[in-house]
Amino acid sequence: MNLASVVKALNLRVACGGEYLERTVKGGYAGDLLSDVLANSGESDLWITRQTHQNIVAVASLKDHAGILLVQGKEPDGDTLEKAVKEGIPILVTDLPTFEIAGRLYGLLRG
Amino acid sequence: MQYENSYPVKGGDFKEAGKVAVLVKMALKKMGVAPEILRRAAIAAYESEVNIISYARMGTIRLQVRDDHIRIDVEDEGPGIEDIELAMRPGYSTATELIRELGFGAGMGLVNIKSCSDEFEITSEVNQGTKLRILFRIPETG
Amino acid sequence: MTLFDVMDILDAKLLVGRKLLNTKVDTAFSADLLSDVLAYARPGSVLLTGLTNPQVVRTASVLDIAAIVIVRGKIPPAETLRLAEELEIPIMATHYILFESSGRLYRHGIVGCIQKVGADEIVAL
Repeated sequence: MNLASVVKALNLRVACGGEYLERTVKGGYAGDLLSDVLANSGESDLWITRQTHQNIVAVASLKDHAGILLVQGKEPDGDTLEKAVKEGIPILVTDLPTFEIAGRLYGLLRG
Repeated sequence: MQYENSYPVKGGDFKEAGKVAVLVKMALKKMGVAPEILRRAAIAAYESEVNIISYARMGTIRLQVRDDHIRIDVEDEGPGIEDIELAMRPGYSTATELIRELGFGAGMGLVNIKSCSDEFEITSEVNQGTKLRILFRIPETG
Repeated sequence: MTLFDVMDILDAKLLVGRKLLNTKVDTAFSADLLSDVLAYARPGSVLLTGLTNPQVVRTASVLDIAAIVIVRGKIPPAETLRLAEELEIPIMATHYILFESSGRLYRHGIVGCIQKVGADEIVAL
């Protein structure tokens, strides 16, 4: 499944990276501790997090995530957005908290 | 109903974070305060406690219970807050990595205290400290 | 469902709280930040987290959380378990990641303890 279908099915806002929505989402990873995400997340995961500071872009980029999904209606900080545009990392936003959006994405990906 | 207690909190004592909040909760429970109200008071105490530990040298959390309200006064000796409006902005935080590793410092503390309480007042003096006055009303029960 | 079902669905190991396994739960909250738990988690919910420090237990106690599920195969320190015994908060540990754990519970009918973060909390202050 690609990002565009996920955005549509889960009604996500696209904060940046709209041109990369054909990217494949293989799985999901939910986490707010950067060291943990670095250690355990996988390539092409859509990373669900409540962190909005600019370090998330480097993590997503290093781990080749499909994109970052911010929860609880949190908009990315200004410098985060700037960095994400530069590194080509899509940032999506939902008003839902992690449990709920993870549950929905799980259902979408696993059928 | 009358109850008063004062709990000292030491700055930098991260291991103990949450201890006062649990004590506040237990005290209120013992007095028969309704769960919804005592939960809000304990959350406010928790956030206040974490603030003192994270930013101040030392502080005190004072709990007062009366028939119609609970009052929590927080007073610390510390750096104070220069721009209170900014500090009250959701997501704004000056937390260190240590605080974040513990799971705090998301910039929601003061915001959460305010949204939990029925009345909230904050005053701060730079290089002196910060004072919070937090009030929870107890509605009359038939 | 009961905490026993949660354990079963997450293939989790019970660390504290055998007596409370019949507790009924129907909502959950997932987070690695206690700030968010304090702001948004609701009483009676299951808390899924990767944190293992004693603060998790104190937070759960203050919020009347039904149980803590520690994800990603982490084992909490003895101090955390001691405190959980004392404050009577069930703790279980699963090897599944937070995403998988949330997904599995959601599939079995558990819903988020809040559906949305109120716009007023974001903007009003």
